[in-house]
Amino acid sequence: MKHLLSTDGLDRDQAIAILDTADRLKQALLGREVRKLPTLRGRTVITMFYENSTRTRVSFEIAGKWMSADVINVSSSGSSVSKGESLRDTALTLQAAGADCVIVRHPASGAAHRLAGWLKHTSTSVVNAGDGMHEHPTQALLDAATLRDRLGSLDGRRVAIVGDVLHSRVARSNVHLLTTLGAEVTLVAPPTLLPTGVENWPVAVSHEIDAELASQDAVMLLRVQAERMTGGFFPSSREYSIAYGLNERRLKLLPEHAVVLHPGPMLRGMEIASVVADSPQAAITEQVRNGVHVRMAVLYHLLAHEEENA
Amino acid sequence: MASRQRGATDPAGDREILSAGDVARTVARMAHQIIEKTALDAPSAPDVVLMGIPSRGAPLARRLAAKIAEFSGRTVHEGTLDITLYRDDLRRGPTRPLEATKLPEGGVDDKLVVLVDDVLFSGRTIRAALDALRDHGRPRAVQLAVLVDRGHRELPIRADYVGKNLPTSKTEDVVVMLEEFDGRDGVVLK
Repeated sequence: MKHLLSTDGLDRDQAIAILDTADRLKQALLGREVRKLPTLRGRTVITMFYENSTRTRVSFEIAGKWMSADVINVSSSGSSVSKGESLRDTALTLQAAGADCVIVRHPASGAAHRLAGWLKHTSTSVVNAGDGMHEHPTQALLDAATLRDRLGSLDGRRVAIVGDVLHSRVARSNVHLLTTLGAEVTLVAPPTLLPTGVENWPVAVSHEIDAELASQDAVMLLRVQAERMTGGFFPSSREYSIAYGLNERRLKLLPEHAVVLHPGPMLRGMEIASVVADSPQAAITEQVRNGVHVRMAVLYHLLAHEEENA
Repeated sequence: MASRQRGATDPAGDREILSAGDVARTVARMAHQIIEKTALDAPSAPDVVLMGIPSRGAPLARRLAAKIAEFSGRTVHEGTLDITLYRDDLRRGPTRPLEATKLPEGGVDDKLVVLVDDVLFSGRTIRAALDALRDHGRPRAVQLAVLVDRGHRELPIRADYVGKNLPTSKTEDVVVMLEEFDGRDGVVLK
């Protein structure tokens, strides 16, 4: 594997190999005195974030550092990007400076693919850490890792993805990955927050959250992405919360073993009630913890083998 | 093939070095040697921990631990230590899958750790294992037990317990088969 740009096109064997590596890494780091592996010594990983992020950037940075890579963070403010340098020139500069891997988050859908295209004739790997409304593959991988921990396997499991599917790269990446891993996905959202063409996705669609909960093994809540909204998608946040928020009453509709996921940042009281977020069924902090191991696994699969020229 | 004689060469050019019975006897002998060298049956015996290196070192460590318990009446803890993340040749091949790592209860701090592997060859695996072990704690001492020592060391490493010294040429392959992976026990030189 040279790049990780999307979960669309990631086959079952590749996905399971990454998840298994993440499990092994978690096991290898358990209870050890020195939480550092020498595996990526001498490799340079650069994170390039054109959008705000806490958990993804920190999690990639920790992942790189625990594997002994040199990790450098570049953000759009405070770099030449604010002087008007293009994404392409910034990427070529970082590559020329010696980056073995560039991890990029960008508000434009497809940015990571473009980047990979520009770096085609080099050995530099690209990881998509979220591009616009397109994909966020490592988030889907850590969600899958968390579901595997809690439910055993994803084969035949039912997962509802609830909320702002239209603007959500997390939803897109999860639809591809979870169905590849054998899960049955139901999207639950108001019609205004579903993308056009959703009828061609390998999923069921519903507008009624109460009707779906009893049959789910997991519910994944999405943040309502006000920053990407240009029109009125629902009357008010209070109304959204009443119609689609996971509150205490709805939590009781779920089977006891069901897992509640949220990619963060959470808007408590909006898509998820505080009591639900703090309930034992919520796996939100496990998601963050697994995020580090999954990102270590991704770096291992991209960087710890002989060079291939893709 | 089942009744093949030890040392006999089959038409494919494979030579059986150890039969299933030989493997069992060798493991038993190594268990006795570990008990003797670590003074395990003495009142002031050290805390011995066997760490098998996957894949075939892991079941060997389990077998040695069982034999040591049988012969000495003392329980020794065993675990597995994957060394893949510590290899020096990760960038010389495709991505290697990781194996299990399982530290015994109580860890390795101040323990006498015996690393267990099937074949000792270049010594690079053991170098990686020593590095991995250091990150898990600080053992009192580290020893090495191998079923077969085939020579050709590339690092200053030697084993404390050797089941079988086997002079080989570099082009030959030593194949250790264990019930747990291969359906039968034996060592073959190809």
